Amino acid sequence: MEKTGGSLKKGLKRKRAAEEPQEAAVVEDGATDSGGQAPKAAAFPPGFSISEIKNKQRRHLMFTRWKQQQRKEKLATKKKLKKEREALGDKAPPKPIPKTIDNQRVYDETTVDPNDEEVAYDEATDEFASYFNRQTSPKILITTSDRPHGRTVRLCEQLSTVIPNSHVYYRRGLALKRIIPQCVSRDFTDLIVINEDRKTPNGLILSHLPNGPTAHFKMSSVRLRKEIKRKGKDPTEHVPEIILNNFTTRLGHSIGRMFASLFPHNPQFIGRQVATFHNQRDYIFFRFHRYIFRSEKKVGIQELGPRFTLKLRSLQKGTFDSKYGEYEWVHKPREMDTNRRKFHL
Amino acid sequence: MAAAGARWNHVWVGTETGILKGVNLQRKQAANFTAAGQPRREEAVSALCWGAGGETQILMGCADRTVRRFCTEEGRFQGQRHCPGGEGTFRGLAQVDGTLITCVDSGILRVWRDNDKETSSDPLLELRVGPGVCRMRQDPAHPHVVATGGKENALKVWDLQGSEEPVFRAKNVRNDWLDLRVPIWDQDIQFLPESQKLVTCTGYHQVRVYDPASPQRRPVLEATYGEYPLTAMTLTPDGNSVIVGNTHGQLAEIDLRQGRLLGCLKGLAGSVRGLQCHPSKPLLASCGLDRILRVHRIRNPRGLEHKVYLKSQLNCLLVSGRENWEDEPQEPQEPSQLSSEDTEADELWASLEAAAKRKLPDLEQTSGAFQTRRRKKKRPGSTSP
Repeated sequence: MEKTGGSLKKGLKRKRAAEEPQEAAVVEDGATDSGGQAPKAAAFPPGFSISEIKNKQRRHLMFTRWKQQQRKEKLATKKKLKKEREALGDKAPPKPIPKTIDNQRVYDETTVDPNDEEVAYDEATDEFASYFNRQTSPKILITTSDRPHGRTVRLCEQLSTVIPNSHVYYRRGLALKRIIPQCVSRDFTDLIVINEDRKTPNGLILSHLPNGPTAHFKMSSVRLRKEIKRKGKDPTEHVPEIILNNFTTRLGHSIGRMFASLFPHNPQFIGRQVATFHNQRDYIFFRFHRYIFRSEKKVGIQELGPRFTLKLRSLQKGTFDSKYGEYEWVHKPREMDTNRRKFHL
Repeated sequence: MAAAGARWNHVWVGTETGILKGVNLQRKQAANFTAAGQPRREEAVSALCWGAGGETQILMGCADRTVRRFCTEEGRFQGQRHCPGGEGTFRGLAQVDGTLITCVDSGILRVWRDNDKETSSDPLLELRVGPGVCRMRQDPAHPHVVATGGKENALKVWDLQGSEEPVFRAKNVRNDWLDLRVPIWDQDIQFLPESQKLVTCTGYHQVRVYDPASPQRRPVLEATYGEYPLTAMTLTPDGNSVIVGNTHGQLAEIDLRQGRLLGCLKGLAGSVRGLQCHPSKPLLASCGLDRILRVHRIRNPRGLEHKVYLKSQLNCLLVSGRENWEDEPQEPQEPSQLSSEDTEADELWASLEAAAKRKLPDLEQTSGAFQTRRRKKKRPGSTSP
């Protein structure tokens, strides 16, 4: 009779260990001491997998047993490997680096080479050139979508303490296309609009003003100051330092320059404040910290200020014009997100 | 050596930084050519067209209102001429019978005598086409006929040998269902072969066909695609459909017999600035603000063939119409190359030596022109490896 049919008739967990050896002894020809070993090795005909057992409880049991077996084997190999390494001592081969999505990243051909003259010229003469040549200093206007709720309002206030020389204005249902010429005439260099949906901020539009590019981001994981654990006191008026991490491609460079042009040129190191834009896997993490050097090598940091995560949706050439503007880069999920190891920033 | 191999380039692209790039898809190389040796944003290329004499010369219209002549045989710039008058950049460039036709943004269309001796002389003919011109296109079958169109500037067809009035002036479509005037924004124009018809694509995502031969001045056919302004358009080799691109980087093929969408092409991430099909092969070259030149195959099967990253924003392109893209010699002929007479080993050493020698003459030649050659990645065409 079929092995599985027989075990189904018995059906319960209690006599499992006792049953297997009996059945094994009855059915199997060759395996003599299979009762002492793991039952699965002896009991089943070849080509049988646990998922073919129809009874859910029994199937679950067989699976947990298999899993325990696997874990034991894994631990055993690990121990063996460790012993071998200790035995070899210095001659042991270096530990293999685990594969992560970041180090398996597909090489992006648009990665900027620092020695490339053409790209250097392109960057030196782009819309941010006037900031990087110290001809203009930033003046930011922060506003929201119409009728913002409390979280968004508080985020705007906190952002204006983080970014020096910034002003928050209430958006009285005005069209952005009308606001922008007024900002230009009042010498604003950047416009930040925080979009809100269902009482939480979820989008950020950053537009460089005279005629510069407009970036549209999705914003998530917004934490206001009071929601940050172990935070420091409120930030002071000192100009913070900026850290831009991991913006490697040409698009990343443009976005990095856009963030850099929000802050005044000369940071005041007395303030010991630093704003970080860290790009990892196309998500940009914004953090604001105060640091203190306890010794030559040790730094203590306190997180102040809001924190949020941004993901770039589109970069449009020219000031805000979502219908008729020309886009330099648009995120297309069905074309660009097919590969888990390909990133664009 | 890049200069010597310039004649074999398949696609010529003009950039916002003033560099003319010649791309050889067979060898997967791109070469930069600048007139002054350095890229300059004031010389941003806004229009490209073939010069006289087959495809040996390229005329490049720059943002500083000069038209430069580039010789593909020799790989260097030969001369320039300043074309003043009106404001804005060039929206169209054409040449016929030793004369040069230019049209600028503010609507001044001028015909210049094309000789190198007189760098700036008075134009032979001047027409005022109306402000806000977005494109001026020459009819390949009748070189004296040009069409212009733009924002709030309806399509007009001009005969340069005829009178000062347009031969055909298009009429706007009827008011829409709310009885509002439909705005006009003709972004690109093409002449259909073997008939008098014209196709335009508009900034309000419409594709329209006009027929001057028919009594109606309104469009004969209208099709819409997408929600974003269409910026560039090209005819396919069979003449029955057009491929349009919009500001989001979407490319679509639209059949002109029925006004139907035939299919889309994927890959572009930025606004499409230049599109051109090869006259006989089913290949389409597209360039845009995402700094990448892509060559797609339009049918059997539809997909990406080549992708080349060119580091500046691309404004316009020209596709070489020659047939033998694959048959050219793999290595350029150098005078000092060993003749491959004796054995295969000798040939192998010769090709290796030629590759080594190619690096050194490159450095010597950079005194004259700003040229770099990068070996592009050996992956033809796959966007997601």
